[in-house]
Amino acid sequence: MILIGSLLLYLGIKKGYEPLLLVPIGFGAILVNIPLAEMMGKDGFLRFFYDTGVLTEVFPLLIFIGIGAMTDFQPLLENPKIILLGAAGQFGIFLTLLLALALGFEKLDAVAVAVIGACDGPTAIYVSSKFAPHMLGAVSVAAYSYMSLVPLIQPPIMRVLTTEKERQIVMGVAKRQPISKTTKIVFPIAVTIFASILAPKGAPLIGTVMLGNLLRESGCVDRLKSASENEITNMVTLLLGLCIGATMEADKFLKAQTLLVLALGFVAISLDTAVGILFGKVMCVLTGGKINPLIGAAGISAFPMSARVVQAEGQKYNKKSYLLMHAMSANAGGQIGSVIAAAVMLSVLQGMGIVGG
Amino acid sequence: MDSWTFGWTLALIGMTGTMLVLWILSLLILLLKKIFPYQPEESAAKKG
Repeated sequence: MILIGSLLLYLGIKKGYEPLLLVPIGFGAILVNIPLAEMMGKDGFLRFFYDTGVLTEVFPLLIFIGIGAMTDFQPLLENPKIILLGAAGQFGIFLTLLLALALGFEKLDAVAVAVIGACDGPTAIYVSSKFAPHMLGAVSVAAYSYMSLVPLIQPPIMRVLTTEKERQIVMGVAKRQPISKTTKIVFPIAVTIFASILAPKGAPLIGTVMLGNLLRESGCVDRLKSASENEITNMVTLLLGLCIGATMEADKFLKAQTLLVLALGFVAISLDTAVGILFGKVMCVLTGGKINPLIGAAGISAFPMSARVVQAEGQKYNKKSYLLMHAMSANAGGQIGSVIAAAVMLSVLQGMGIVGG
Repeated sequence: MDSWTFGWTLALIGMTGTMLVLWILSLLILLLKKIFPYQPEESAAKKG
Protein backbone atom coordinates (compact mmCIF):
# COMPACT_ATOMS: atom_id res chain seq x y z
CA MET A 1 0.00 0.00 0.00
CA ILE A 2 2.94 2.33 0.58
CA LEU A 3 3.82 1.72 -3.09
CA ILE A 4 0.25 2.52 -4.15
CA GLY A 5 0.37 5.71 -2.07
CA SER A 6 3.65 6.60 -3.79
CA LEU A 7 2.05 5.89 -7.18
CA LEU A 8 -0.76 8.32 -6.38
CA LEU A 9 1.84 10.93 -5.39
CA TYR A 10 3.64 10.31 -8.70
CA LEU A 11 0.39 10.69 -10.69
CA GLY A 12 -0.47 13.90 -8.86
CA ILE A 13 2.97 15.54 -8.81
CA LYS A 14 4.58 14.32 -12.02
CA LYS A 15 1.57 13.71 -14.28
CA GLY A 16 -0.64 16.49 -12.89
CA TYR A 17 -3.72 14.27 -12.44
CA GLU A 18 -5.89 16.16 -9.89
CA PRO A 19 -2.83 16.93 -7.70
CA LEU A 20 -4.90 18.84 -5.13
CA LEU A 21 -6.58 15.58 -4.17
CA LEU A 22 -4.17 12.84 -5.20
CA VAL A 23 -1.21 14.31 -3.26
CA PRO A 24 -2.96 14.31 0.16
CA ILE A 25 -4.68 10.99 -0.65
CA GLY A 26 -1.37 9.38 -1.58
CA PHE A 27 0.34 10.74 1.51
CA GLY A 28 -2.55 9.65 3.73
CA ALA A 29 -2.31 6.15 2.24
CA ILE A 30 1.38 6.04 3.12
CA LEU A 31 0.82 7.37 6.65
CA VAL A 32 -1.95 4.92 7.50
CA ASN A 33 0.09 1.92 6.36
CA ILE A 34 3.19 2.65 8.43
CA PRO A 35 3.46 -0.32 10.81
CA LEU A 36 2.73 0.41 14.49
CA ALA A 37 2.02 4.12 13.85
CA GLU A 38 -1.73 3.49 14.28
CA MET A 39 -2.77 6.69 12.55
CA MET A 40 -6.34 5.38 12.31
CA GLY A 41 -6.27 3.83 15.76
CA LYS A 42 -8.62 4.98 18.51
CA ASP A 43 -6.51 8.05 19.31
CA GLY A 44 -4.80 8.39 15.92
CA PHE A 45 -4.66 11.87 14.45
CA LEU A 46 -6.17 10.78 11.13
CA ARG A 47 -9.00 9.05 13.02
CA PHE A 48 -9.93 12.39 14.60
CA PHE A 49 -10.31 14.13 11.22
CA TYR A 50 -12.08 11.11 9.70
CA ASP A 51 -14.65 10.92 12.50
CA THR A 52 -15.17 14.67 12.59
CA GLY A 53 -15.32 15.44 8.89
CA VAL A 54 -16.06 12.32 6.87
CA LEU A 55 -18.36 10.27 9.08
CA THR A 56 -20.43 13.38 9.71
CA GLU A 57 -20.38 14.20 5.92
CA VAL A 58 -19.29 17.75 6.77
CA PHE A 59 -16.15 17.86 4.59
CA PRO A 60 -17.80 17.21 1.21
CA LEU A 61 -20.57 19.65 2.09
CA LEU A 62 -18.05 22.41 2.91
CA ILE A 63 -16.40 21.74 -0.44
CA PHE A 64 -19.79 22.14 -2.11
CA ILE A 65 -20.04 25.67 -0.71
CA GLY A 66 -16.71 26.42 -2.39
CA ILE A 67 -17.86 24.86 -5.68
CA GLY A 68 -21.01 26.98 -5.61
CA ALA A 69 -18.93 30.09 -4.97
CA MET A 70 -16.68 29.26 -7.93
CA THR A 71 -19.46 28.37 -10.40
CA ASP A 72 -20.93 30.87 -12.81
CA PHE A 73 -24.39 29.67 -13.86
CA GLN A 74 -24.77 32.49 -16.41
CA PRO A 75 -24.39 30.16 -19.48
CA LEU A 76 -27.16 27.97 -18.07
CA LEU A 77 -29.41 30.94 -17.29
CA GLU A 78 -28.94 32.13 -20.88
CA ASN A 79 -29.92 28.79 -22.37
CA PRO A 80 -32.04 26.83 -19.86
CA LYS A 81 -33.27 24.09 -22.21
CA ILE A 82 -29.70 22.78 -22.39
CA ILE A 83 -30.04 21.78 -18.72
CA LEU A 84 -31.73 18.59 -19.97
CA LEU A 85 -28.37 17.45 -21.35
CA GLY A 86 -27.16 17.68 -17.77
CA ALA A 87 -29.84 15.18 -16.82
CA ALA A 88 -29.00 12.76 -19.63
CA GLY A 89 -25.35 13.01 -18.62
CA GLN A 90 -26.22 11.39 -15.28
CA PHE A 91 -27.91 8.28 -16.69
CA GLY A 92 -24.60 6.43 -16.53
CA ILE A 93 -25.01 6.44 -12.73
CA PHE A 94 -28.20 4.42 -12.90
CA LEU A 95 -27.03 2.08 -15.66
CA THR A 96 -23.85 1.36 -13.71
CA LEU A 97 -25.96 0.63 -10.64
CA LEU A 98 -27.63 -2.21 -12.56
CA LEU A 99 -24.25 -3.47 -13.73
CA ALA A 100 -22.82 -3.41 -10.20
CA LEU A 101 -25.80 -5.34 -8.87
CA ALA A 102 -25.37 -7.89 -11.68
CA LEU A 103 -21.74 -8.31 -10.60
CA GLY A 104 -22.86 -9.17 -7.07
CA PHE A 105 -22.33 -5.91 -5.17
CA GLU A 106 -24.55 -5.33 -2.14
CA LYS A 107 -27.32 -2.77 -2.73
CA LEU A 108 -25.73 0.22 -0.97
CA ASP A 109 -22.24 -0.69 -2.20
CA ALA A 110 -23.64 -0.67 -5.74
CA VAL A 111 -25.10 2.80 -5.12
CA ALA A 112 -21.69 4.06 -3.94
CA VAL A 113 -19.93 2.62 -7.00
CA ALA A 114 -22.56 3.94 -9.41
CA VAL A 115 -22.28 7.48 -8.10
CA ILE A 116 -18.71 7.68 -9.49
CA GLY A 117 -20.69 8.36 -12.68
CA ALA A 118 -21.75 11.71 -11.24
CA CYS A 119 -18.22 12.69 -12.32
CA ASP A 120 -18.28 14.87 -9.25
CA GLY A 121 -15.79 14.09 -6.48
CA PRO A 122 -17.61 15.61 -3.50
CA THR A 123 -20.91 13.94 -4.49
CA ALA A 124 -19.18 10.56 -4.77
CA ILE A 125 -17.51 11.09 -1.39
CA TYR A 126 -20.76 12.25 0.24
CA VAL A 127 -22.76 9.25 -0.97
CA SER A 128 -20.07 6.66 -0.33
CA SER A 129 -19.23 7.97 3.16
CA LYS A 130 -22.95 7.79 3.94
CA PHE A 131 -23.67 4.31 2.61
CA ALA A 132 -20.41 2.44 2.07
CA PRO A 133 -17.59 4.03 4.10
CA HIS A 134 -15.47 0.90 3.63
CA MET A 135 -15.31 1.72 -0.09
CA LEU A 136 -14.55 5.42 0.31
CA GLY A 137 -10.89 5.09 -0.75
CA ALA A 138 -11.57 3.15 -3.95
CA VAL A 139 -14.59 5.27 -4.94
CA SER A 140 -12.78 8.58 -4.35
CA VAL A 141 -9.62 7.55 -6.17
CA ALA A 142 -11.72 6.30 -9.12
CA ALA A 143 -13.86 9.46 -9.19
CA TYR A 144 -10.94 11.90 -9.17
CA SER A 145 -8.72 9.85 -11.49
CA TYR A 146 -11.37 9.51 -14.18
CA MET A 147 -12.37 13.17 -13.86
CA SER A 148 -8.83 14.13 -14.76
CA LEU A 149 -8.89 11.63 -17.64
CA VAL A 150 -12.02 13.11 -19.24
CA PRO A 151 -9.96 14.54 -22.16
CA LEU A 152 -8.80 10.99 -22.94
CA ILE A 153 -12.05 9.12 -22.21
CA GLN A 154 -14.57 11.28 -24.07
CA PRO A 155 -13.21 11.89 -27.62
CA PRO A 156 -13.24 8.24 -28.79
CA ILE A 157 -16.85 7.84 -27.57
CA MET A 158 -17.82 11.06 -29.37
CA ARG A 159 -16.34 9.75 -32.60
CA VAL A 160 -18.03 6.35 -32.36
CA LEU A 161 -21.50 7.73 -31.62
CA THR A 162 -21.67 10.62 -34.09
CA THR A 163 -21.34 10.90 -37.84
CA GLU A 164 -18.85 13.28 -39.41
CA LYS A 165 -21.78 15.35 -40.70
CA GLU A 166 -23.16 15.73 -37.16
CA ARG A 167 -19.77 16.70 -35.77
CA GLN A 168 -19.55 19.46 -38.38
CA ILE A 169 -22.83 21.14 -37.41
CA VAL A 170 -22.21 24.82 -36.76
CA MET A 171 -24.15 26.22 -33.84
CA GLY A 172 -22.61 29.61 -34.36
CA VAL A 173 -21.31 32.00 -31.76
CA ALA A 174 -23.73 31.88 -28.85
CA LYS A 175 -25.45 35.23 -28.44
CA ARG A 176 -24.72 36.51 -24.93
CA GLN A 177 -28.10 37.24 -23.34
CA PRO A 178 -27.87 39.69 -20.51
CA ILE A 179 -29.30 38.28 -17.28
CA SER A 180 -30.54 40.60 -14.58
CA LYS A 181 -28.72 40.66 -11.26
CA THR A 182 -31.99 39.89 -9.47
CA THR A 183 -32.41 36.69 -11.51
CA LYS A 184 -28.87 35.61 -10.61
CA ILE A 185 -29.56 36.23 -6.92
CA VAL A 186 -33.00 34.60 -6.83
CA PHE A 187 -31.84 31.56 -8.87
CA PRO A 188 -29.87 29.80 -6.07
CA ILE A 189 -32.60 30.53 -3.51
CA ALA A 190 -35.38 29.25 -5.79
CA VAL A 191 -33.41 26.14 -6.81
CA THR A 192 -32.74 25.30 -3.16
CA ILE A 193 -36.41 25.57 -2.25
CA PHE A 194 -37.87 23.76 -5.28
CA ALA A 195 -35.25 21.04 -5.68
CA SER A 196 -35.14 20.32 -1.94
CA ILE A 197 -38.92 19.99 -1.81
CA LEU A 198 -38.80 17.59 -4.78
CA ALA A 199 -35.83 15.57 -3.40
CA PRO A 200 -35.63 16.36 0.33
CA LYS A 201 -32.83 13.92 1.18
CA GLY A 202 -30.58 15.85 -1.17
CA ALA A 203 -31.22 19.19 0.54
CA PRO A 204 -27.72 19.30 2.14
CA LEU A 205 -26.09 18.81 -1.28
CA ILE A 206 -28.29 21.28 -3.14
CA GLY A 207 -28.37 23.76 -0.28
CA THR A 208 -24.60 24.02 0.14
CA VAL A 209 -23.88 24.43 -3.60
CA MET A 210 -26.55 27.09 -3.88
CA LEU A 211 -25.41 28.86 -0.68
CA GLY A 212 -21.96 29.18 -2.23
CA ASN A 213 -23.50 30.52 -5.45
CA LEU A 214 -25.62 33.02 -3.50
CA LEU A 215 -22.47 34.32 -1.77
CA ARG A 216 -20.99 34.82 -5.24
CA GLU A 217 -23.96 36.51 -6.85
CA SER A 218 -25.20 38.66 -3.96
CA GLY A 219 -22.16 40.87 -4.35
CA CYS A 220 -22.29 41.99 -0.73
CA VAL A 221 -20.30 39.27 1.04
CA ASP A 222 -17.04 39.23 -0.85
CA ARG A 223 -15.09 38.09 2.21
CA LEU A 224 -17.34 35.05 2.68
CA LYS A 225 -17.21 34.26 -1.04
CA SER A 226 -13.45 34.55 -1.05
CA ALA A 227 -13.11 32.42 2.11
CA SER A 228 -15.42 29.75 0.61
CA GLU A 229 -13.55 29.41 -2.67
CA ASN A 230 -10.09 29.71 -1.14
CA GLU A 231 -9.39 29.12 2.55
CA ILE A 232 -12.29 26.79 3.36
CA THR A 233 -12.04 24.75 0.16
CA ASN A 234 -8.26 24.47 0.39
CA MET A 235 -8.21 23.45 4.04
CA VAL A 236 -11.04 20.95 3.66
CA THR A 237 -9.53 19.51 0.46
CA LEU A 238 -6.29 18.83 2.33
CA LEU A 239 -8.01 17.17 5.29
CA LEU A 240 -10.48 15.27 3.11
CA GLY A 241 -7.66 13.96 0.93
CA LEU A 242 -5.74 12.78 3.99
CA CYS A 243 -8.87 11.10 5.37
CA ILE A 244 -9.56 9.31 2.08
CA GLY A 245 -5.97 8.10 2.04
CA ALA A 246 -6.45 6.99 5.63
CA THR A 247 -9.21 4.58 4.54
CA MET A 248 -6.75 2.81 2.24
CA GLU A 249 -5.40 0.32 4.76
CA ALA A 250 -3.95 -2.75 3.05
CA ASP A 251 -6.55 -5.22 4.38
CA LYS A 252 -9.41 -2.99 3.17
CA PHE A 253 -8.01 -1.78 -0.16
CA LEU A 254 -6.02 -4.66 -1.63
CA LYS A 255 -9.02 -6.69 -2.77
CA ALA A 256 -10.38 -7.83 -6.11
CA GLN A 257 -13.42 -5.67 -5.38
CA THR A 258 -11.25 -2.52 -5.62
CA LEU A 259 -10.33 -3.40 -9.21
CA LEU A 260 -14.02 -3.91 -9.97
CA VAL A 261 -14.84 -0.50 -8.49
CA LEU A 262 -12.18 1.12 -10.67
CA ALA A 263 -13.50 -0.69 -13.77
CA LEU A 264 -17.11 0.21 -13.02
CA GLY A 265 -16.13 3.85 -12.46
CA PHE A 266 -14.69 3.93 -15.97
CA VAL A 267 -17.86 2.33 -17.35
CA ALA A 268 -20.02 4.87 -15.48
CA ILE A 269 -18.27 7.91 -16.94
CA SER A 270 -18.25 6.35 -20.41
CA LEU A 271 -21.98 5.65 -20.18
CA ASP A 272 -22.66 9.23 -19.02
CA THR A 273 -20.84 10.50 -22.09
CA ALA A 274 -22.60 8.06 -24.41
CA VAL A 275 -26.12 8.80 -23.14
CA GLY A 276 -25.40 12.56 -23.20
CA ILE A 277 -24.36 12.34 -26.86
CA LEU A 278 -27.36 10.17 -27.77
CA PHE A 279 -29.65 12.71 -26.09
CA GLY A 280 -27.84 15.42 -28.04
CA LYS A 281 -28.67 13.50 -31.22
CA VAL A 282 -32.34 13.45 -30.24
CA MET A 283 -32.24 17.23 -29.64
CA CYS A 284 -30.47 17.61 -33.00
CA VAL A 285 -33.33 15.83 -34.77
CA LEU A 286 -36.03 17.70 -32.81
CA THR A 287 -34.48 21.10 -33.63
CA GLY A 288 -34.03 20.28 -37.30
CA GLY A 289 -30.25 19.91 -37.06
CA LYS A 290 -29.55 23.09 -35.09
CA ILE A 291 -27.84 21.33 -32.17
CA ASN A 292 -24.46 19.65 -32.53
CA PRO A 293 -24.78 16.31 -30.64
CA LEU A 294 -21.19 16.67 -29.41
CA ILE A 295 -22.34 19.14 -26.75
CA GLY A 296 -24.24 16.26 -25.12
CA ALA A 297 -20.88 14.92 -23.93
CA ALA A 298 -20.52 18.04 -21.78
CA GLY A 299 -23.61 17.13 -19.75
CA ILE A 300 -21.35 15.75 -17.02
CA SER A 301 -20.07 17.54 -13.95
CA ALA A 302 -16.40 17.88 -14.94
CA PHE A 303 -16.52 21.67 -15.35
CA PRO A 304 -15.17 23.24 -17.52
CA MET A 305 -12.89 20.44 -18.72
CA SER A 306 -15.62 18.61 -20.58
CA ALA A 307 -16.82 21.75 -22.38
CA ARG A 308 -13.25 22.36 -23.56
CA VAL A 309 -13.02 18.80 -24.86
CA VAL A 310 -16.23 19.34 -26.88
CA GLN A 311 -14.91 22.63 -28.29
CA ALA A 312 -11.61 21.01 -29.32
CA GLU A 313 -13.36 18.04 -30.91
CA GLY A 314 -15.82 20.26 -32.82
CA GLN A 315 -12.99 22.42 -34.17
CA LYS A 316 -11.20 19.34 -35.48
CA TYR A 317 -14.04 18.69 -37.90
CA ASN A 318 -15.11 22.25 -38.68
CA LYS A 319 -12.92 25.26 -38.06
CA LYS A 320 -16.01 27.50 -38.17
CA SER A 321 -17.65 25.63 -35.30
CA TYR A 322 -17.61 27.36 -31.91
CA LEU A 323 -19.24 25.02 -29.45
CA LEU A 324 -17.62 26.30 -26.25
CA MET A 325 -20.42 28.51 -24.89
CA HIS A 326 -23.11 25.93 -25.76
CA ALA A 327 -21.02 23.20 -24.16
CA MET A 328 -20.48 25.41 -21.08
CA SER A 329 -24.28 25.63 -20.69
CA ALA A 330 -24.51 21.82 -20.85
CA ASN A 331 -21.57 21.52 -18.46
CA ALA A 332 -23.17 23.88 -15.92
CA GLY A 333 -26.35 21.77 -16.33
CA GLY A 334 -24.23 18.70 -15.61
CA GLN A 335 -22.99 20.28 -12.39
CA ILE A 336 -26.54 20.82 -11.16
CA GLY A 337 -27.57 17.48 -12.71
CA SER A 338 -25.05 15.45 -10.72
CA VAL A 339 -26.24 16.96 -7.44
CA ILE A 340 -29.90 16.50 -8.40
CA ALA A 341 -29.28 12.88 -9.49
CA ALA A 342 -27.67 12.10 -6.13
CA ALA A 343 -30.47 13.93 -4.32
CA VAL A 344 -33.14 11.99 -6.23
CA MET A 345 -31.28 8.75 -5.54
CA LEU A 346 -31.09 9.45 -1.80
CA SER A 347 -34.77 10.38 -1.66
CA VAL A 348 -35.81 7.23 -3.56
CA LEU A 349 -33.67 5.11 -1.22
CA GLN A 350 -35.43 6.70 1.73
CA GLY A 351 -38.81 6.17 0.07
CA MET A 352 -37.96 2.49 -0.47
CA GLY A 353 -37.04 2.17 3.19
CA ILE A 354 -33.46 1.15 2.34
CA VAL A 355 -32.05 4.04 4.38
CA GLY A 356 -33.47 5.84 7.38
CA GLY A 357 -35.22 9.20 7.32
CA MET B 1 -36.78 -6.64 -1.93
CA ASP B 2 -34.44 -8.54 -4.24
CA SER B 3 -31.49 -6.85 -5.94
CA TRP B 4 -33.05 -6.67 -9.40
CA THR B 5 -36.31 -5.12 -8.25
CA PHE B 6 -34.26 -2.66 -6.19
CA GLY B 7 -31.96 -1.85 -9.10
CA TRP B 8 -34.63 -1.36 -11.75
CA THR B 9 -36.86 0.64 -9.41
CA LEU B 10 -34.03 2.97 -8.39
CA ALA B 11 -32.76 3.28 -11.96
CA LEU B 12 -36.13 4.04 -13.55
CA ILE B 13 -37.36 6.42 -10.85
CA GLY B 14 -33.89 7.96 -10.61
CA MET B 15 -33.57 8.68 -14.34
CA THR B 16 -37.14 9.93 -14.67
CA GLY B 17 -36.87 11.95 -11.46
CA THR B 18 -33.58 13.60 -12.45
CA MET B 19 -34.94 14.52 -15.89
CA LEU B 20 -38.18 15.82 -14.37
CA VAL B 21 -36.50 17.93 -11.67
CA LEU B 22 -34.11 19.49 -14.18
CA TRP B 23 -36.96 20.18 -16.61
CA ILE B 24 -38.83 21.95 -13.80
CA LEU B 25 -35.67 23.93 -13.03
CA SER B 26 -35.43 24.98 -16.68
CA LEU B 27 -39.03 26.26 -16.47
CA LEU B 28 -38.13 28.02 -13.23
CA ILE B 29 -35.24 29.79 -14.97
CA LEU B 30 -37.57 30.94 -17.78
CA LEU B 31 -40.04 32.19 -15.16
CA LEU B 32 -37.32 34.08 -13.26
CA LYS B 33 -36.15 35.70 -16.49
CA LYS B 34 -39.74 36.79 -17.20
CA ILE B 35 -40.33 38.17 -13.70
CA PHE B 36 -36.94 39.89 -13.44
CA PRO B 37 -36.06 40.89 -17.01
CA TYR B 38 -32.73 42.51 -17.71
CA GLN B 39 -32.98 46.30 -17.60
CA PRO B 40 -30.55 48.18 -19.84
CA GLU B 41 -30.02 50.64 -16.95
CA GLU B 42 -28.16 47.87 -15.11
CA SER B 43 -25.31 48.05 -17.59
CA ALA B 44 -25.39 51.84 -17.48
CA ALA B 45 -25.25 51.71 -13.69
CA LYS B 46 -22.30 49.31 -13.91
CA LYS B 47 -20.44 51.68 -16.22
CA GLY B 48 -21.31 54.69 -14.07
